[in-house]
This record gives sequence, structure tokens and C-alpha cells, in this order.
Amino acid sequence: MTLLADLQIAGPDALLAGFGLAALLLGAIGGDRIAGLIRLLSVIALGAAATLTVIQFPMGDAEAFGGLYRITPFVLFAKAFTYGLGAVALLMSGGFLKSSKMERYEYSLLTIFASMGAGVMLSANDLMTLYVGIETLSLSSYVLAAFKRDNLQSAEAGLKYFVLGALASGLLLYGSSLVYGFSGSTNYQMIAAAGDSVGLQFGLVLIICGLAFKASAAPFHIWTPDVYEGAPSSVVAFFASAPKIAAVALLAHVMFTTFGPHEHSWRLVIAIIAAMSMLIGSFGALVQNSVKRILAYSSISNVGFALIGIVAGAELGAAAVLVYMSLYVIATLGIFGGVLSLRRGGKSVDQVSDLNGLGKLKPGVTLGLIILIFSVAGIPPAAGFWGKFEVFEAGLRSDMLWLVLVGALSSVISLGYYLRLVWAMMMKPPGEPLDKTDFTVAATVLATAVIIFPVLTITIQVLLSAAAQASAG
Amino acid sequence: MTGLPLLSITIFLPLVGALLILAVRVLAGSNAASSISKPISLLTTIVTLVVSIIALTQFDMAKAGFQLVENVPWFGGSSYKLGVDGMAISLIILTTALMPLCVMQSMRSIEDRLGDYMIAFLILECLMIGVFCSLDLVLFYVFFEGGLIPMFLIIGIWGGKNRLYASFKFFLYTLLGSLLLLIALIYMYSVSGTTDIEALQKFPFSREVQTWLWLAFFASFSVKLPMWPVHTWLPDAHVEAPTAGSVVLAAVLLKMGGYGFLRFSLPMFPDASVLFQPLMFALSIIAIIYASLVAFRQTDMKKLVAYSSVAHMGFVTLGIFSFTETGIQGAIFQMISHGIISGALFFCVGVIYDRMHTREIAFYGGLVHRMPVYAALFMLFSMANVGLPGTSGFVGEILTMVGGFQASTWAAAGAALGVILSAVYMLTLYRRTVFGEMTNDKLMDIKDVTASEVFILGLLAIAALVFGVVPSLVFDLTKGSTDAILDMIGR
Repeated sequence: MTLLADLQIAGPDALLAGFGLAALLLGAIGGDRIAGLIRLLSVIALGAAATLTVIQFPMGDAEAFGGLYRITPFVLFAKAFTYGLGAVALLMSGGFLKSSKMERYEYSLLTIFASMGAGVMLSANDLMTLYVGIETLSLSSYVLAAFKRDNLQSAEAGLKYFVLGALASGLLLYGSSLVYGFSGSTNYQMIAAAGDSVGLQFGLVLIICGLAFKASAAPFHIWTPDVYEGAPSSVVAFFASAPKIAAVALLAHVMFTTFGPHEHSWRLVIAIIAAMSMLIGSFGALVQNSVKRILAYSSISNVGFALIGIVAGAELGAAAVLVYMSLYVIATLGIFGGVLSLRRGGKSVDQVSDLNGLGKLKPGVTLGLIILIFSVAGIPPAAGFWGKFEVFEAGLRSDMLWLVLVGALSSVISLGYYLRLVWAMMMKPPGEPLDKTDFTVAATVLATAVIIFPVLTITIQVLLSAAAQASAG
Repeated sequence: MTGLPLLSITIFLPLVGALLILAVRVLAGSNAASSISKPISLLTTIVTLVVSIIALTQFDMAKAGFQLVENVPWFGGSSYKLGVDGMAISLIILTTALMPLCVMQSMRSIEDRLGDYMIAFLILECLMIGVFCSLDLVLFYVFFEGGLIPMFLIIGIWGGKNRLYASFKFFLYTLLGSLLLLIALIYMYSVSGTTDIEALQKFPFSREVQTWLWLAFFASFSVKLPMWPVHTWLPDAHVEAPTAGSVVLAAVLLKMGGYGFLRFSLPMFPDASVLFQPLMFALSIIAIIYASLVAFRQTDMKKLVAYSSVAHMGFVTLGIFSFTETGIQGAIFQMISHGIISGALFFCVGVIYDRMHTREIAFYGGLVHRMPVYAALFMLFSMANVGLPGTSGFVGEILTMVGGFQASTWAAAGAALGVILSAVYMLTLYRRTVFGEMTNDKLMDIKDVTASEVFILGLLAIAALVFGVVPSLVFDLTKGSTDAILDMIGR
């Protein structure tokens, strides 16, 4: 294959890499004065990458770079969402960065590189490519978490994330080496074709540990609340959306393709991880007072739900994973938009009690937030319900009734804290007035709410069939 | 006229009203929304009532099966399918007829954020009508569970002192039951490949599967109804909810449980329903006797009426699971009659609560000296609740008991005990609040009912009496549904 043909397949990632390097030069010359311009360009680049990814859909299944890189419809679906959400997260970070005096051009570049890493890891067809992609994403994420460098909490979040992340990467590498040793290759198809052996199973479990860490599934979730709480809110908005769907889709992809024939080895492992995530995520948040920590636990719990789809296997569950995660990340991004907009006297606020009376202070944003919260909680008629419907269906069809029952139970428990947020916003008397909301943030909250509630509720068919097509390949 | 999608219009008209108020709320602020919400919500609910009555006139009682069917494919195996039979349309009329009264009552008694209140109320109406119209299980579930959100907000924002506890308990309790229903629903979909209710009613589930599915549906509907021992959310929710919220809760939301048993449990899982008949009878009798005794001990008027609701819903399950035509006809009638009577009783409590801001029974006494008209109306509804012949309460109770008697003598005997007990607590309540000397000075200048209150209570009184004297108004309508259910259960 020629380089040109390869680039056609890896186009979106190559575009982002090229743009990132060019913007780095631009930033080095222009400095922080042109941070706004670079952010705008980066948003456009991410949007272009997302569009390119969508255009690639008809290509179906294609390999590039001698089998190191491969796109499938499933991967493209997840990548399109990753890039698109990255663009939105970056777009709405502007006002927040300005008001918290973090307007530096590196922010946009790190987001670009993190998104590109997420894209590469999804498109990997080889454990080496996978590792390179994951590390690109992770290293950029560590720096982003510590982006508010003169703030102790932010630095702590970055360090914690880095130390634990390095451990997870180590596990992943160790697992990869075992798998390589016992299968004789790092190529996905070769591994899939290899016979079963104890060494391979060991490697598989270690790889699951590493990937579960990235997806913040229990019991590898410990970093999530601390990083969410410490890192700047706009960074968390990004973490909770683009890399989240990428990480879960990656776990699904690796299980379905690389270890597809070894399903009997990983099915129960993932089922236990799913059950633990759902329960820990729902119980953990009940006692939290910080909105960001609550959302961190909520993401742990929601990842658990998505994992039910992985447990169900490629045939039954792939579409469910995509539907669940895409609905979840859209809603989460909107909720973080709301969190970003909460500022009193220029300072961002984070306690649940800070939301008191939001319904009176900012009725429009509150309405959007309530819709999004009920969507994340999976209550109809918000679209999040269809995600829950799909994963439960996948779980039941694959005879995992106990897992679905755990899911139902944790849905009820997690409602305890979702309703607490609604309670604070709607039923408590308002506190001090809040600062004016940025236009982009308010627009994001409302746009995601409109997508989640009226649009997708009526046209849910569109998303379902797209996901079904994506997972059929 | 016939070409119009009447059911969709009935469902979504309230939503249009809600969106109008919301638009005013966003564009012109909360105060403007509060003042404009009064005419908009009243007009919307009245027009909805008119449309639902038009739907009733289009409904042909002689024909069996579902009518006014609308069917649009939605996704997967499910569709946006609406249709009504006699049972559904009578419950829809009950809903649409009560809503204007609730709106009228709320206009006076809700002072804070009336615009938001009306939005929540109209959305609730939309979802409630949707529940009774749905002929697709997924669609049904969306309406069924979606109704939790506005009710949660109504209790939580406009409720009493302990509203946090009550609203959370209401939501979580009901949700746990609903999720088991959801799992059963998905299982049925994965087995049969459809969520069409008519198709599922004909789908032969194996005996063992039926048992589990029945239990999952039971978990949801028994909480909603509510049956003993999962009734404990109801008194809390009733006590804290604003008056109109209590009315809707008692009159319509509880009926979804009974409706669910009749629409799903019996036709879809006939074998399991027969299997669990003794359990249902036992729970019904316990509910009737236990709830009546608990009601007798209450010091809060709303709590008393709430426990009396639990007891009356015991009659509904008794009638349903008698599997006789008399029993099921009686159960449907009892649901409608209870909707009118308990709604009216909550309005009655609301009348004096609006004046004195307490519901303590001990606070009142001798109201007849100051509020003669109120005393007369309250008397009528108390008697109807006891089941005095001539009121609709009598017809429902006697028929469910006759139906129960045909199935089990003991069950009917237990239920009959409940009739006596209901007289005990209702008459005690009436005596302690209305009769006697006025000992509390604060009551000295309490005013009698206003014109609009007389209008609300008067209409309900007429309804209670008319249905009590001419129950065939309902029976003719619901006979087709009852026969269909009995046919499907093979009796």
C-alpha cells in the first residue's frame, strides 16, 4: 500500500497530528496572546476530524500501515463521537479559562493530542499501536489535570492521575508482553487465532485491568473522584466525555476482536467489574457534597452499565455499548456545561449547596440540567432511558439476569443523588446571585438537552440504527 | 371528525399548554407566567376534556377490541400505537374531567411559582392520559415512569414541611417496582420480538415464565396501587403533596396499578394470575382490614383519607382477581368511583387547610356551626366513602364483594368487615371535625365554602350520585373490556 492510501484511512488522526504540530509552532511564536485564536482553530480541526471520520463510514473495514492500524464501523462511530465531543468541550472551555486566568495556548494543543491519542488507540490493530495511542492520551491528560499549575489541588490531581495511570500502563504493558509471549504476535488477528493457554489468560486479565483503569471502572476507579475534584472543571468536562466513550469503546473493541474467541475467559471478569462499578458508583456518590465528585461516581456507575453490553458479547451487545455511551457522554457534557457556568464573583463553585435555588436564578439552564440529569439517570422520556433499555436487553438476551438486576438496583440507588441535585436546584431557596453565564456554555447545555430530550426521544431510531450498522461490521 | 388522531390530540394538548406557559416563563419572567398560566391552564384542561368527550362519542360500545387506533412504527419492534377500550376511555374521562377542577383549586391555593406549577401539572396530565392510551408496552412504560418526574416536582416544590422525605420516598419506591417491570418488558420483547400489547396478550408464554413475569409486573403495580405491605409511600406522599397533587395522586395515579393488572397481568399471564389468586385475595383482605384500622388511628385528616384509599384499592384487587364478570366490572367501577370520592375528600380537606393551615383532626370541631354548606357536602362524600347505597361507593363495593364471594366466601367475608370499619373511621372523622361544640377560638371566624369551591365539590357530588343511581353509564362502557379480559383468561 502506498502512503497515500494509508493516510486516507488514518486521515482524521493524521490531520490532528499535523494540525497539533503546526499550532504548536504558531503558539511558540505568538504566545498566549493568540490562545483564543488557537482554540478556535483547534475546535475547527477537531470538528473537521469528526466530519472526516463520518465520511469514512462507507469504507467499512480497512487496514493501514501494514496491519498496525485498522478502522471498522464500530471504531469509526466511537471516534466520531470522541472528536466531536472533544470539539464541544474545547469550545465551551473558553469562558472558564479566561475567568480562572488559565488562558494558555497549550490547553488547546493538549486537548488535540489527547483526542488524537484516543483516536489512535481506537484504530489500533496491534498491541503496540494500542499502547502508543493510550500513552498519547494519558500523558496529555496528566498535564491537563494539572493545568492550573499554581493550584495545589490541581497539581495533586495531576500527580495522582500520573502515578496511578503509570501503574495501569505498566499492567497493560506487562499483559501485552505475556500475550505476545504466548500467542507469538502483537497483531489482533494473530492473537485471536492463537490457542488458549494460561499465559494468555494472565495477559488478558492484566490488559483488562489496564483498560478498566482508563475507563474508570471499579475496582480501578479510585483516581476518578480525586482527579475530577482537583482538575479544572473544563478539563473534567473533557475527561468525562471524549476519552470516556473512547476508553469504553476500546475495551469493547479489544474484547470483541482481539480476544473474541477467548470470550469464556473474560466474560465473567467483565461482568464482575460491571457489577462492582454500578454498585460502587451509586453508593459512593450518596455521601458526596461536591458536584464534581458526584459526577465522578456517576460516571463510574454509568461505565458499569455500558459494560453490561460488553458482557453480552459482540453480536448482542456492541450496539448497546455505543448507544449507551453516546447518550451518556452527550448528557454529561451538557451537565458539565452547567457546572462550568456556575461562578460566584469570578470563582467557580462546586458544592451541591451552591446549586440551591438555581431554578430561580437561571431557569433556562436549570431546565436543561434537569433533563440531562434525568437522562443520565435513565428515566424516560429522556433519551438516556433508551441506553438503559438497550444494555438491559443485551444483558437479558445473553442470560445475564443477575447483572441486569444489579443494574436495576443501582439505578434506584443512584437516583438518590440525582434527585438530590434536582432537589437543590428546584426546591431550596436561592443563595447569592451568580455571575452571568457564557453564551457558549448556556448554548451547550440547552443544545444537549434538546438533543437528549425531544430530538433523540422521537428519532431514537436514527441513533439505534447507526449503532447497529456500526456494530454489524 | 373521524380522520383526526383524537387520542394523540388528547395526550398532547396539555403539553402544548405547558409549552405556552414555559415560553412566557422564559421570555417574560416568572410573574408574567404565573398570571398567564391561570387562563391558559384552565382553557387547556377544558379543551382537553372536550376533546376526550368527542373521543367518547366516536367510541362504539357495541364493537369489541380497541378503537380509535393510531399506529406509527417507532424503533425496533415497538411502535407509537394508541387505542382505547371502554375501561381505558372511562379512566381517561375521569382524568380529563378532574383536571380542570384541580386547576381551579390550585389557582387559589398555590401562591408560589404558579406558572411552574401549572407546567408540571399539565405535563403530568399528558403523561397520565398517555398511560391509558398506550397499546405498546414500551410506550406505556415511557408514560408510566415519566409521570414520576412531574409528581416528584409537585410534591417536592409545593409540598408541606416533610416534603423532602415524601418526594424521595415516592420516587424511589415507585421506581424500584417500575424497573422490575422494565426488565420483564425487555424479556418479553426478546422472546416475542414485539412490544405490541394486543400481540403480547395473545402470545403464549410458558407457565414458568408467566410466573416470573407476573411477579415482576406485580412488583410495579402493587406499589403503584398500592397494596399492603408496599403502601407506606402513599400516606407520606399524600400528606405532603399540595391539595390538587393529592387529588390527582388518589384519583388517577393509583388507578394505573389496577389498570395495569387488568391490561397486562390477567390477559398476558392468565395461568400465573390464577396461581396467585390466593395471594392476591390474602393481600386484599389484609389491606382492607389493616388499612381501615390504621386509618381509624390517624390524627391527620389527609393521612386518614390516604389509608382509606389503600383499603378501597383492596376492593379493586379483590374484584379483579375474582375472575368473574361481576367482580371485574365492579373493580373498574370502584376505580372510577374512588377517583371521584377520594378526589372530593382531598378537596374537602384542602378547603379547611387553605383556611387554617393545619390538617390536625383535633384542631377542628363544630365546623357545622360556621360552615353549613361545607358540612353538607363533606357529609355526602363521607357517606359515599363508607359506601352508602345511592352513592357510587356502594356499587363498587357491593359488586367487588359479590364477585369475591363467587370465588371465595372467606375473602368476601373479610372484605365485608372492611365495610363496617370504613364506617367507623369515616364517621369518627366527620363527628370530630364537623359536629360538637366549637372549642377552638381560632375557628370562630372561619368562612364557609366559596362559589368556586361549591362548584368543584358540587360537580363531584353530582357525579358520585349519578353513578350511584345509574351505574350502567359505566357498565355499558366497560362491558366489552371485561368480556375480553375474561375471554383471554379462559373463564
